[in-house]
Amino acid sequence: MIDLLALCAFHAAYADAIDSDALEQWPDFFAEDADYRITHIENEREGLPAGIVYADSRAMLEDRIAALRVANIYERQRLRHILGMPLLLKAEGEQAEARTPFLVARIMASGQTDVFATGVYQDRFVRRNGRLLLQSRVAICDSTVTDTLLALPL
Amino acid sequence: MTQDTQPIHWAGPGLTRIPFALYSDAQTGVDEQARIFRGEVWNYLCLEAELPDSGSYRTTFAGETPVVVVRDGDGEIYAFENRCAHRGALIALEKSGRAENFQCVYHAWSYSRQGDLTGIAFEKGVKGQGGMPAGFCKEEHGPRKLRIATFCGLVFGSFSEDVPGIEEYLGDEICQRIERVLHKPVEVIGRFTQALPNNWKLYVENVKDSYHASLLHLFFTTFELNRLSQKGGVIVDESGGHHVSYSMIDPAAQKDASYKEQALRSDNDRYRLKDPSLLAGFTEYGDGVTLQILSVFPGFVLQQIQNCLAVRQVLPKGVARTELNWTYLGYADDTAEQRKVRLKQSNLIGPAGFISMEDGAVGGFVQRGIAGAHDHDAVVEMGGDSTVSSEGRATEASVRGFWKAYRHHMRA
Repeated sequence: MIDLLALCAFHAAYADAIDSDALEQWPDFFAEDADYRITHIENEREGLPAGIVYADSRAMLEDRIAALRVANIYERQRLRHILGMPLLLKAEGEQAEARTPFLVARIMASGQTDVFATGVYQDRFVRRNGRLLLQSRVAICDSTVTDTLLALPL
Repeated sequence: MTQDTQPIHWAGPGLTRIPFALYSDAQTGVDEQARIFRGEVWNYLCLEAELPDSGSYRTTFAGETPVVVVRDGDGEIYAFENRCAHRGALIALEKSGRAENFQCVYHAWSYSRQGDLTGIAFEKGVKGQGGMPAGFCKEEHGPRKLRIATFCGLVFGSFSEDVPGIEEYLGDEICQRIERVLHKPVEVIGRFTQALPNNWKLYVENVKDSYHASLLHLFFTTFELNRLSQKGGVIVDESGGHHVSYSMIDPAAQKDASYKEQALRSDNDRYRLKDPSLLAGFTEYGDGVTLQILSVFPGFVLQQIQNCLAVRQVLPKGVARTELNWTYLGYADDTAEQRKVRLKQSNLIGPAGFISMEDGAVGGFVQRGIAGAHDHDAVVEMGGDSTVSSEGRATEASVRGFWKAYRHHMRA
């Protein structure tokens, strides 16, 4: 069974990978055929399927990190993910569903920190070969507005 | 006297020197609202597809002026200022919904779906006390109404009685290029707002600036995704305010495709997409145009990048802030596979788009860069000083076109 503690440990490692600029590790938190999407609450409510990031494979997440490293141009910045307590919705065998709130601050090269996003991860987890992985993560932002640009992942 | 109270000084009648003060001057911002957004222009408001039924409404903006746009029982679309005739409060608070009529929450003055003031709470007073004077005429009070024009499912509104009809406003070439994309019913598949830390004009110029595309946006070149030689061009309409920039497969180069593919393989292949399904697409226009960015003065963009379709609405929020509303589209008759293609290609656009995220930041770089240069000018001379259509994209003709229309409307 996947329990709350396992999810907490997963979230802690996930946030640390992004916030410490170990972005190349980020796709490893996902299953090979995982879905990942960033949207907001109004699109979800209306059933609109698009995301500002929309991936249906781990390879697409790897491509996104590669693009951030070598192709896309954006001002130097860091994120700080503060993840709340997971709400374990369902746990059966090697699968689980959970909802976890996030608060993400963005620290710009100028030194200024602002709240960049708040919202909730709607997650489906699987355990494969003893490792917990995301089968699906939808980051549902509370705000419909993204300030300037979203480069680093939520 | 401070800089901000000085009229903006243009170096001459030409369009190659743009005073930086235009991007931060408060009085200019006020004048733009009156002369452009509430002047003789058509403001994009929403899609007809977003007003499907009698009573469907959306709240939006014409520039900074809040607007309600609504479909009435007669099937027609109406729009009026979202401002109660009494004390000026917003009449409709939600982004969208369905309404029989509208009622201001403050003192319950009510309005029809055509924007007419129809009811005043306690109009006759209470127990013979108070109430509005007998001579008060409701017909003489109401929020300002907009003229409405629709074209290919796009809903435009204007505060001007004098603005030409929408097709005349757009001109033949722009109409054709809109029809090319919006030739059948569309569906909204997502909406996102991007807050830009810059004046609205910097974003509009960026849209029209075909010169920056291959220099700032390195995604396609880094991953060597331009498989076939492309040719492109820029169309600027007579007013200067509307433009199309496009890329298309060059039929001459296509004949050489096998050679080109071979040449590519010998190139440095350090960077390759691990999941190229991101860009897997299908042919749907038959004219070889892989990218078409179209703008309508003052703040509307229609975009086709391969199979990725969107409209963008540019809304000023004070002189140094802009909201960019992205509405991602599919066709109503898309197959599930086609829809999936659009969803995947939408990684290219929006606030996190592989080929558009830079545009969210670059306007802010200018806004910050010019903070001490109010008496200096931007240089817009690539491709000369004209505002005419041309082949190739190493030109700023459509940026100059924007300023031609801008100076016309601003009488500057």
